[in-house]
This record gives sequence, C-alpha cells and structure tokens, in this order.
Amino acid sequence: MALSSLSRPTPAARRAARTRTDASPFRVVSATTLLWLLALLYGFPVLWFVLSSFKPAGDLFSYPLTLLPKTWTVSGYEQAWTSFNFAGYFTNTLIVAVVTTVLTVTASAMTGYALAKYSNWWLKAFFMCILATTMLPTEVILSPSFLVVRDLGLYNHLAGIIVPSIITATGCFMFRQFFTTVPDELLEAARIDGSNELSTFVRVMLPIARPIMVTLAIFSFQWRWNDYIWPLIVLNDPGKFTLQIGIQSIVGAQNVNWSVLLGASVISIVPLVVIYLVFQRYVMNADINAGLKD
Amino acid sequence: MPPSAPGPVPAAVGDDPAALVATPAARSSRSTRRRAARYRLAPLLFVGVNVVLFALFFVWPAITGLWYSFTSYTGVGSAPWVGLANYQKLFADSAFYAAFGRTVVFAAMSVPLVYVLSLSMAVLLTTPHAKGKTVARILFFVPWLISPIVAGVIWRWIFGENFGLVNYLITSLGGSAVPWQSNANLSLVVVAFAGAWGGTAFNMLLFVAALKNVPTSYYEAASLDGASPWQRFRYITLPSIAPTSFIVILLGSLGAMKEYALLQSLNGGGPGTENNLVVQYIFRTGFQQGQIGYASAASFVLMAVLMVIAFAQVLVNRRREA
Repeated sequence: MALSSLSRPTPAARRAARTRTDASPFRVVSATTLLWLLALLYGFPVLWFVLSSFKPAGDLFSYPLTLLPKTWTVSGYEQAWTSFNFAGYFTNTLIVAVVTTVLTVTASAMTGYALAKYSNWWLKAFFMCILATTMLPTEVILSPSFLVVRDLGLYNHLAGIIVPSIITATGCFMFRQFFTTVPDELLEAARIDGSNELSTFVRVMLPIARPIMVTLAIFSFQWRWNDYIWPLIVLNDPGKFTLQIGIQSIVGAQNVNWSVLLGASVISIVPLVVIYLVFQRYVMNADINAGLKD
Repeated sequence: MPPSAPGPVPAAVGDDPAALVATPAARSSRSTRRRAARYRLAPLLFVGVNVVLFALFFVWPAITGLWYSFTSYTGVGSAPWVGLANYQKLFADSAFYAAFGRTVVFAAMSVPLVYVLSLSMAVLLTTPHAKGKTVARILFFVPWLISPIVAGVIWRWIFGENFGLVNYLITSLGGSAVPWQSNANLSLVVVAFAGAWGGTAFNMLLFVAALKNVPTSYYEAASLDGASPWQRFRYITLPSIAPTSFIVILLGSLGAMKEYALLQSLNGGGPGTENNLVVQYIFRTGFQQGQIGYASAASFVLMAVLMVIAFAQVLVNRRREA
C-alpha cells in the first residue's frame, strides 16, 4: 500500500465526497483547522521540550519564557552523556531491545504458524492458555515472576529482562491471523516436494510473512525500549541500568538537574522516532486488531 | 487415512511419487505412518520454546503468587501459611481502598478523554475534507513513541509549579500559580492528561482501520435523504465502529487500572503516599517493604477487579448487540 494510504482517499471515497451536498469550502476549512489544532496540541509539548533542551541551564527558568533559545547550546546533552554513564544506559537498552525483538519475532512467528497450520488438541489448549494470559496482567504476577527470575540466576543480568519478555500474546495472534490466510495447498505442495517442516517454514512461510515480522519488530522494539517497571525490578547494578531507569534516577534526585534531564530525555526519544519515520507505513497498515496486549 | 492422522494434514502424501497413486493399504505402510507421526510432532518444534517460557513466566508465577498470597512470605526463608490473614488485612487497610478509589477515578478521567481524542483524530484523518494529513499524522504519533517515563518528564516540565509553562501563562494573565504537583487531586488530573496524550495514537490506529471499513454507500444514501453531518456520524459511523469502540474502552480501562511508570515519573510517587495508584501500592508493599505475601494478595484482588471490569463490559456489549 502507498505510504500515504491514509491521507489519500480511495476512488470510492472521492466519489462519495463529490456527491455529498456539503463538500463546501467551509467544510474543508473547518476540518483542516480542527485537524491542525489537534496536531499542534499533540506536537507542541514535544517541540517545547526539545527546544528547551538547547537552552543554557541559566535560561531555563528566566522570565519571560521564550520558545526559541536565546543562545543555542548542547551542554545539557554533553553533561547527560558524561556525568550519568549515559552511553552505558544507551548500550544496555539497545542490547535488550534488539535481542528481545529478534527472539520475540522468531518465537511468535513459529508459534503463530503452528497454531494456524496444525490441528493437535494440545495446540488448541495452548492457544486457549495464551488467550487467558491476556486477562492476566503481568503487573499482577510481578513478585512471583521476580522470584522465578531470581531462582534462575538471572537477577541483575540483562538476560533477566530479555528472557521473560520473549513471549507475547499479541505477536502470536498477529502471526496466527496471518498464517490462517495462507492457503494450506502451499504447505502441501512443499511437503510433496520433500521439504521438511522446518525448511518449509523458513524458506516458504517466513518470507511471505515479512510485513507482519516488520510490524511486530517495531512494536516489540518500542515496548522494550520504553519498558520501565520490569527492568527496575530485575536490575540492581547501576552499570546495567537501561535508559528509562537512568532517566527516572535523574528525576528522583533531590535537586532535579533539568538541563541534564532534558538532554537525556531527548536522546532517549531519538532512536524510536527515527525508526518510526523509516517504517511508518508498516505501522499504519498494521492489522493490530488481530492481537491486543502489552 | 489412518485414524491417528491429524486433521487437514495429508499424512499419506510424501516425497515418494508412488504414494500419490498408492492403494489405501499401501498408504498405511510403515513409512507413511512414521511421516504422520512426524507431522504430529512437528508443531512441538515450533511452539516448544514458547511453551517452556509460558510455563516459566506465566503459569508458574500465577500459581506461586496465589500460594504466597496465603503466606507471610518476605522473599527470603520460609513461607509460613497464614490462611486468609493477608486478605483480611487488605480489606481493613484504608490506604488500599484509597489507592483503589484513586485508580478508579483516574480510569474514569482518562478513558473518556482517550476515546474522544482518538476518535476525533481518526475521523479527521479519514475525512476527504481535511488537508495536511501526513504531517498531522506524524505529530499525532510522536507522543505514542515516547516512553511513559519521558512523557512524565515532559509534563512535569510544562506543569512545573514555579517554572512551568502553564503556570507562567496563568500568572502572566494575572492568575495565581496552581499547585499542579503538590495537590494530590490536581496531579492526578495532570497524569490523566499525560496518559491520554501518550495513549491516543494506538487507539486512533484502531479507529482508522474501522472507519475505512464503513461502506461509503451508506453515507451517500444518507446524504441523499438529507441527513446532516452530525446525523450521519451518530447513526452511521458510531454504530459501524461499535466493536472497535468496545475494544478501545476495554483496553483503556484495563490499562488505566495498571498505570505505574507515568505517575512515578510525573511526581516521583509523591506527594507522600497520597497519590498512590494500585500498582504503586503493590510495588511499595512487595518490593520496598518485602511483604511479598501481602503484595500477592493485593495483586490477586486487582486481577479479580480487572476480570470483573472486563466481564461486565463484555456483558454490556453483548446485550447492546442483541
């Protein structure tokens, strides 16, 4: 689908617009105004925040407040990067997000495929169990999950964040939904050709599921990049902190150093915004109705 | 086909072309039976990892959590059985009720806000009348990308009491500064506002998908009958997207009941414990005070409430559809 599939109405919609008696300039102006008012309401806090991060510390609170910095500086960013082991937080978060995303996409694709293309009774039971987890909020089992991670010796290791995050109901649903639309004949043809089940999956099924893989990858990356409560519980050593814990530790300090906090926060946003801008057409076309959790 | 063959899988068809023309007797030969077994076990290969993870990180914690809720476990040593004592203590604890009450108020503020905002966005993004949708869509999306922690920092910065933009505007217009952070009720309003800001884009995505599926012929017919834009929205759009509305409201209220990170970042869990939501309460008793047994009991009460909410909403939805 086109990148701007949303903004470009279908031919039918355009015809409908013409036949509507009230496709007047007034409607165009009012709809556009409303849209932009909302967009500005949404964009302004980020804009204000980002611009403020380029103000020198002394100017942050000097009245009258101005939108643009009087003098531009990156000292907040420099301070954040040097005084808070920010490079370390960044690396840790990147490791967690990338590794978890790869594993989540792999495990979800395999599970979704099995749920869609095999009909064993125990698969149906497993599917019901996954469905049930959407009713069991992870927040509710925080303490016992922590004890499991601790007993497995994963406490204070990045693996303690990664391993429990691999399984997601949303991911399994997305792939199951997709693979049920793939004709069984394709699987049968591969079997007749003598392909074993795993290589059929890897060579035939995975390539056609690429849009779902990308969508889930973006979602998973965003979930893990922004995760707070679970890393907070699992990690103890500041050298292993992720970005969100790092930022929260600056917030929790006695005297908030706003200059550093603004810089640190903006740095933490950048990777996701870049990823979103590159892959936004996948996000916009994602059939997220398929599975809804996390 | 052998009776043990799994449903749609053509167990008799293998790489041997002869199998395609084989008699029924030949089909149940040993080699094809082995192949049938392979197809029966193949899904194990695919779901094995997830089954193990699922058992370890969902089933086992749920079972042990329930067990701990009947003990006075502290995280170390033994877990002495105390029966229903944790639950009795919980239902006598005013702090727990207060946290629950605030959580309900928070959900009641944030769910309608998210609903109205995300539906408005979706309608405006799908109407052929509005211009500049691509840029607007990106602006709508950025808050969704931002983590609750950073969103908390942003709104704390804007709603700061002595330096924030909002109080600056209020005071320069002649008003007096509003205690956005130190007043527990006001800070909850700010949290609801910040939560709605960060949560709308995902719901907007759901609504956009639903709106695209409403047949345009409905609108054409209604226009010919002289229906006003509001009437078309009320009598065509709203009923058509009802299933999506249901999902948005359900997920919104369950999500609001589980809010943690945003509140933590917006006011550092303060002022005092006056502003605790339920998950804060669980976190504080379980991880900071080491009362794992007690916190587990609180968790299961939360889960029961979430299930009641979900069940009630499903029931209302069913009745409305019937």
